[in-house]
Amino acid sequence: MPGVFKLDTDGPEQTEALGYRLGALLPYGAVVALRGELAAGKTCLVRGLAAHYAGAELVSSPTFTIVNQYGESPKLYHVDLYRLSGPDDLADLGYEELFEPDGVCVIEWAERAGDLLPERRLEVLLEHGGGDCRMITIHDLGVLPERWEEALSG
Amino acid sequence: MTRILGIESSCDETGIAIVEDGRRILAAEVASQIKIHAEFGGVVPEIASRQHIQCISQIAERVMGAVDGPVDAVAATIGPGLMGSLLVGANFAKALCYAWKIPFIPVHHIEGHIFSVFLTDAPPTFPFLALVVSGGHTCIIACDAPHQYKTLGSTRDDAVGESFDKVARLLGLPYPGGPSIQEAAKEGNPKAIRFPRGLEKSGKLEFSYSGLKTAVLYEMRKNNAAVGDVAASFQDAAIDVLLTKTKLAIELTGSPRLVLAGGVAANQLLRDRLTTELDVPVHMPPMSLCVDNGAMIAAAGHSRLKHGFTGALDATPTPNLPL
Repeated sequence: MPGVFKLDTDGPEQTEALGYRLGALLPYGAVVALRGELAAGKTCLVRGLAAHYAGAELVSSPTFTIVNQYGESPKLYHVDLYRLSGPDDLADLGYEELFEPDGVCVIEWAERAGDLLPERRLEVLLEHGGGDCRMITIHDLGVLPERWEEALSG
Repeated sequence: MTRILGIESSCDETGIAIVEDGRRILAAEVASQIKIHAEFGGVVPEIASRQHIQCISQIAERVMGAVDGPVDAVAATIGPGLMGSLLVGANFAKALCYAWKIPFIPVHHIEGHIFSVFLTDAPPTFPFLALVVSGGHTCIIACDAPHQYKTLGSTRDDAVGESFDKVARLLGLPYPGGPSIQEAAKEGNPKAIRFPRGLEKSGKLEFSYSGLKTAVLYEMRKNNAAVGDVAASFQDAAIDVLLTKTKLAIELTGSPRLVLAGGVAANQLLRDRLTTELDVPVHMPPMSLCVDNGAMIAAAGHSRLKHGFTGALDATPTPNLPL
């Protein structure tokens, strides 16, 4: 199926490495929606992404502040909607700016944004696969350059 | 005699207080989201800055109405936190300062937590180490002189308070996770399950709580462990790391005393273990000042005013403000 990429990672290091490769492919203005339950590796993937944008800068969970920002050009916005009850709460966050970022925006618990997510986006699903294995599915909705699947398989 | 009005609005709590000479709370109120639902009626979005806007003037009026006479300065949290929420408190404070022609004092949220211990009967003297633990922060800070901070270590992923909240959700316990896990842990055996202590032997003053959360999830899936045992064993592991790293920090710095602050400072196991296991005196805020509040911001503001660290009205809130 075109536009879909699947990879099983074995341990947080591999998830982080995938995030780093993904970071290299994302164009300016890209929005990445992450879905997956607690401890599925979402922040871990973002750590890899951030390493691409901001080097060794410390990535911590933005659960409480909702939005973290790393790097300068381009900026990486790290959003965590975990504490939101639903799309209504997003209106108070100024989500329009985040969803048309001056840089790249990666969103944990993206399902809480419902229909407000932009149509052009990257969907990333992280699932537990037993032990430290995570089954990661990336679905491109008009964001990535051609033949991105090859570039991502590393 | 100096009176400071302190305003805290970095996250979900709107806190306002008037503090005299950085020590005595003359009036204080904190509106948490739960209270707001009851008090103002209707559903208020959990994290909205609108929540702060809706209640800040009422709370300010009540606090100011409870104290006779003017204040000398207004202090407000300027970061880190949620931008929209920070803006409400900081702009409210700046407007008051402009109207009353008094100094505006921007305060770092973590600095505020540290100064909560100055509102006790036995405030610390400098230098000291501060362990600041909350839903958004887990860090060890060297405080060598007033308003001179050096962050020695912080978390690489989840904050310790965040891990309590998330593990509580995994266990089906109510939010906030700190009190509910502490309660559930009373019925459990803390040695039932050996959960990982993140970065315990790294020799560095860094924290990691993500792996602990994952381990609890695996345990819940694999075995049919009792909730009390998981809660007690999780709490044991989470607190154990704080002890290990604090002891290491004291050993490395030779600091003569410790300040504990932040929401997780309300955890009884942490308070008990720090008190009994450390060789240095430990200064802790009373339970009421562990959560975000305006009094701690006023106390920090008082010290800033005293030491000449005030700010201009053009100081802007910064979501990722470094200490």
